[in-house]
Amino acid sequence: MPKASITFQDIGVTVTVPAGTRLIEVSEKVGAGITYGCREGECCTCLTRIVSGHEHLAAPSVLEQQVLRDNLAPRRHRLACQAQVLGGCIVVQPA
Amino acid sequence: MSPAADLERAVPVAAGVHWIGALDPDLRRFDIILRTANGTTYNAYAVRGSHGVAIIDTVKLCFSETFFRRLESIADYDEITTIVLNHLEPDHSGALPELLRRARRATLLVSPQARLMLKGLFDPVDLAGRIAFVGSGDQADLGDRQLEFLNTPYLHWPDTQCTWLAAEGVLFSADFLGCHYCDSRLFNDAVGDFRFSFDYYYGHIMRPFRTYVREALDLIEPLPLRIIAPAHGPILRRDPREYVARYRALAAPAVHGVATRTLLVFYISAYGATRRMAEAVVAGAESASTAAGEVRVSLYDLEGGDAGAFVDLIEEADALVFGSPTINGDAVKPVWDLLSSLTVVDLKGKVGAAFGSYGWSGEAVPMIEDRLRRLKLRVPLPGVRARLAPTGEDFAACHDLGREVALHLLGRPTPRTVDLAQLS
Repeated sequence: MPKASITFQDIGVTVTVPAGTRLIEVSEKVGAGITYGCREGECCTCLTRIVSGHEHLAAPSVLEQQVLRDNLAPRRHRLACQAQVLGGCIVVQPA
Repeated sequence: MSPAADLERAVPVAAGVHWIGALDPDLRRFDIILRTANGTTYNAYAVRGSHGVAIIDTVKLCFSETFFRRLESIADYDEITTIVLNHLEPDHSGALPELLRRARRATLLVSPQARLMLKGLFDPVDLAGRIAFVGSGDQADLGDRQLEFLNTPYLHWPDTQCTWLAAEGVLFSADFLGCHYCDSRLFNDAVGDFRFSFDYYYGHIMRPFRTYVREALDLIEPLPLRIIAPAHGPILRRDPREYVARYRALAAPAVHGVATRTLLVFYISAYGATRRMAEAVVAGAESASTAAGEVRVSLYDLEGGDAGAFVDLIEEADALVFGSPTINGDAVKPVWDLLSSLTVVDLKGKVGAAFGSYGWSGEAVPMIEDRLRRLKLRVPLPGVRARLAPTGEDFAACHDLGREVALHLLGRPTPRTVDLAQLS
């Protein structure tokens, strides 16, 4: 299975993960500072800044785009509970 | 002294502004977590303009009848053009569905963050085509006067906002600057002494969100305030700025001393093993401080301390490390007592870690780590567990744990790479 790496900049830890993993599955286990609310892509609590490797994430769904717009999320920000890793190297930081 | 609120009629607050809320003097416990010796009030208001009437907040469902009687004493339903819900918690939104049914012309104005709550609280049929979302800078036109909105999230729900009536200098502040204190004389210059209720309410409802409190105060302080009309407790018409100043003082950080970062190590120990591990954690943390005072490291025995004082310390700290033995497959009660007392303070982003000795299986450390994660701390380092009497290797691991936690606080964590499969 293709692998990807996610670096959580706030704790200095890089995690190797299988492609298809969502950020939420990793950040909780590794103890990063991304926090969660509804976990269903609605509350925007888990807004995360994608420092680099944005192109290695699956495109946001219509629902996620709507929530990002409603919450005035800046560019290169995603919901960690929705964003799915496709491959490559991604660096993230809590928003 | 003002006369007591008539049970049937609206009470004037300012020109064209009436209180139409409800008194609940017999309430002794609110939302499970709050006690009140004086009950509470559910404050709702009506604002009359030349082109319509706005209703600001409603009441708990069981007080709807009183609310509608007071409203009917000063307005007809077809005059109502606007309903503002500054906060959707059921004690303020209980009468909303019926109000929407009676006031057919009215549009409901809420903050964008209220979208989720609306979905969870109400039948979409009642709300269809009746909602508009408003934020800072938006206005509702009542003809000769306007309502303006201030986006003040997390005070104490994501949806909370304040509404400003510039024409009269009245701020409708939702739960912000409110308290659970019921007195039918309604106004702060007429009711009994409610200072303890005001501070208690802040301590239990607003304190976990004190960063947001400070941001809201930044918006509110420049306003030419004449009256603060909160959703609970007395209406603040005499010296309203004193209450704003009190919140500013309550939300200020404590004096920090010389250190720029603080690390607290809490432990409890049956035979001294976990205590000695705690001492190694402290020594490791101190070894990471390259300059005096960079990180202030403190050690506390949970057996001898008071949870209230520890909560105050934790609110100001940057890192928390907990040491507990495992007894009967669990961390010990004093640890849980403290960890269950922390919902009144903001913990988001602090660094957490755990360690402890055990005899058979050592569940305490992962259980504490899990709790710390749920409390929104960062827990970037695996905890240290030592079987029975800790060895030199165990103490070295504790030393490393303390050192790494301190390095995190100094922004110099040792980078590491792990595989997802290695993480529990």
